[in-house]
Amino acid sequence: MDAAWTALLLSLKVAGWATVINLVLGIAVGYALARLRFPGRDLLDTLLTLPMVMPPTVLGYYLLVLMGRRSWLGAWLYDNFGINMIFTWQGAVIAAAIVAFPLVFKPARAAFEAGDGQLEQAARVLGIGEIGIFFRVTLPLAWRGILAGVLLAFARALGEFGATLMVAGSIPGKTQTLSIAVYEAVQAGQDGVANTLVLITSAVCIVVLLAAGRLAPGRIVNR
Amino acid sequence: MQFDIDIRKTLRSGQRSFHLNAQLRSDSSRIVIIGPSGSGKSLTLKAVAGLIEPDSGHIRVGGNTLFDARSGIDLAAQARNVAYLFQDYALFPHLNVRQNVGFGLARGWFNPRNSASHAAVDYWLDAFHLAAVAHQFPCELSGGQRQRVALARALVSRPQALLLDEPFAALDPALRVIMRSELDALQRRLQVPMILITHDPEDARVFGDQVLQLREGAIEIGAVALETAALAA
Repeated sequence: MDAAWTALLLSLKVAGWATVINLVLGIAVGYALARLRFPGRDLLDTLLTLPMVMPPTVLGYYLLVLMGRRSWLGAWLYDNFGINMIFTWQGAVIAAAIVAFPLVFKPARAAFEAGDGQLEQAARVLGIGEIGIFFRVTLPLAWRGILAGVLLAFARALGEFGATLMVAGSIPGKTQTLSIAVYEAVQAGQDGVANTLVLITSAVCIVVLLAAGRLAPGRIVNR
Repeated sequence: MQFDIDIRKTLRSGQRSFHLNAQLRSDSSRIVIIGPSGSGKSLTLKAVAGLIEPDSGHIRVGGNTLFDARSGIDLAAQARNVAYLFQDYALFPHLNVRQNVGFGLARGWFNPRNSASHAAVDYWLDAFHLAAVAHQFPCELSGGQRQRVALARALVSRPQALLLDEPFAALDPALRVIMRSELDALQRRLQVPMILITHDPEDARVFGDQVLQLREGAIEIGAVALETAALAA
């Protein structure tokens, strides 16, 4: 039973960190893709959307190759900072973040594209600098669209299985998240454990969806 | 010289191109530019506000050079201290009336708190009879109230000039008459120089100490029109 709670807490920790990373990067990338004109923009959008359509195991394999101790990135991280991503919960965070990333930056891009340029002009004439305009006008107006994507991404990260298993493995108490624990329990024929884990997972998902409804209130903000 | 504007700008969209060539020198503090839509009125006004950059020429307001292509001066919109009233007011939909009015007074990265008190904001809320709706959002306001909020927001930072883009076009006819006289009285009281662009001759009659016509990007009739327009009133 304790193992179930450990797995749940680990899942929440991994999904939480992945969502924080995606929130920051998703807003930045979504904004850049919506507002900046640069060569390779469409290609970048396509590459970043890949995690949505590629099998998670393939992504996990890429990450293994990229972050393993034998790759230049993995070796550099280990030699300079002593960081080892493989078979750690931090590696699971990276895997979950990448898998869920399209769910954040796509809606963010759409929300920024839908923005009303005139409101930004109004703020400019009122003397507000460009960074101030972003945080005071652009972001608040795009926020509801972004938030919807962020909550979906959190749910997606919570349920992440394939890439996480490839990168972080299934070490109980260390990298064994809820969804992996379910798989292990079924494999080991521990039906009771599996039942508990599945019920916990379902309950958590319902709570997340209810929270999503609460966090995006139907306040009238349209002009 | 109150306004000294001499700008050229070419816009291209596919095969079509539009040439703006606007000259205006005036000591009047009430200027109306009248012309049909697509004649370049908004473009001229936006150039003065610093929202678009002319290809060449200069813009001086009250003796301050805001733009001069030859000497490479191009003040950012933020630094021009002119107020711009957008045609549909461009009120921030996520901020209440008080926050909208105080928007320009709060510098930095954060919006004013929704009950933040500021003497200048209170003054303008009172002056425009908006105190009762100070906590409402723009979508909850009537057309006249929206315009008053936009005006209060524009005036609260004591601009050196007021630029009005079709200020009455979004109002119904009865309200238009009321708001016109309100703005008229306000401008006389504050003595803030203004340029108003419109396609409505009635606006020109009420406000035009000097009326200029803009057609297909070029200003046609200069100061001559002001006498007749004033007499017609």
